Amino acid sequence: MTTVPLPYRVTAVSEETADCVSLEVTPVGRALPEFSPGRFAMVYAFGVGEVPISVSAIRDGHRLVHTVRAIGAVTGALCRLRAGDAVGLRGPYGIGWDLDAAAGSDVLVVAGGIGLAPLRPVVRHVLNHPGHYGRLHVLIGARTPADLLFGGELEHWRRASAQVEVTVDRPGPGWCGSVGVVTTLLDRADWRPARTTALICGPEVMIRHTARALLARGLPAHRLQVSLERNMRCGTGHCGHCQLGPLLLCRDGPVVGYDRTRSLLAVREL
Amino acid sequence: MTGWPLLLESLPRVQRDRLFTLADERDFSAGSTLFDEGGIADRFWLIRSGEVALDVYVPGRRAQVVETLGPRQQLGWSWIFPPYRWHLGARALGAVRTWEFPAAEVRELCMADTELGYELMLRCAALIADRLQATRLRLLDLYTPHGSVPS
Repeated sequence: MTTVPLPYRVTAVSEETADCVSLEVTPVGRALPEFSPGRFAMVYAFGVGEVPISVSAIRDGHRLVHTVRAIGAVTGALCRLRAGDAVGLRGPYGIGWDLDAAAGSDVLVVAGGIGLAPLRPVVRHVLNHPGHYGRLHVLIGARTPADLLFGGELEHWRRASAQVEVTVDRPGPGWCGSVGVVTTLLDRADWRPARTTALICGPEVMIRHTARALLARGLPAHRLQVSLERNMRCGTGHCGHCQLGPLLLCRDGPVVGYDRTRSLLAVREL
Repeated sequence: MTGWPLLLESLPRVQRDRLFTLADERDFSAGSTLFDEGGIADRFWLIRSGEVALDVYVPGRRAQVVETLGPRQQLGWSWIFPPYRWHLGARALGAVRTWEFPAAEVRELCMADTELGYELMLRCAALIADRLQATRLRLLDLYTPHGSVPS
């Protein structure tokens, strides 16, 4: 693992929503070690700064896709990149989704907002390994229909046997789907708590409430993995910005078992 | 998960049967109105299939959908408390199959069989609490961008 950014070239840009883009990047020379779903890279917009971004797709080993939402100077600069532009990447960092732990069980993916991005490789992985996992449920919450990520891909997932449910907070004209928070989908999906491994990514408050709702329906805490977001800077567990109690999330996360974080998430000062 | 409507899940069979003696199967076609805001809440439904949109009338605009309900969920709790008026409106988003329960008779049954009444009211209270909590979460505007975090 290198702590010096390696040069990558943007090879494709997809505008996902009004403020989100997916950047496909390819190494200019030496490539970073292979990423796995849930791990992240520190992505450097030259002259502006760097931010931690999870992989939303891994293509041919070394071509990576990062889905970025423009919320600040660095992410704004990344969202303005075009094919051919250069970025710096270091990583892979953190611990990804433990998909081995989910083998043989049903998989329930719960995503809020841009939290769907780090879960997309999980969905693809499960769909690409039929027989290795049980049923796949994907529950997605978005602010509005226009904020829904990977809209064109969801139908592919459905056709490939995933049960995909989407709900939005604010429906617009023409929206005929569900309205409400993502937890409301838990009672409608035909999932089996005793046979399921659940993976959640989204805003921390959404994770907390979704986790509680899953446990209340009988999912054991050790079958629940969550991807936590804190202010990551160094990516190597040295700066301490991403500390959550005894965990440094850039090193010990972002994916952590809920049995380890349940009590930590209930502490207001952490 | 049993597949039973959430209101009836884990309810003893005797009590479930007693409640179901009051139920009628009722279907609604896409776009039909189940009730309007302010109307008399004289019944409620357990949804068997399909989706129902709950909306609020906003003058000068079309009704704003605030939540949708689907299979296994209970449609309507305004029938429990006076003045028995709907707080929201409800429209079928597609074909909807339900069990329909008459409110006054269910309330009478709850008075006559207080054990069943207690169970039913506990479940309705939990439903109301869930919807209150969901509404509060939505007020937080959960998915708004915030902070420098991995996406």
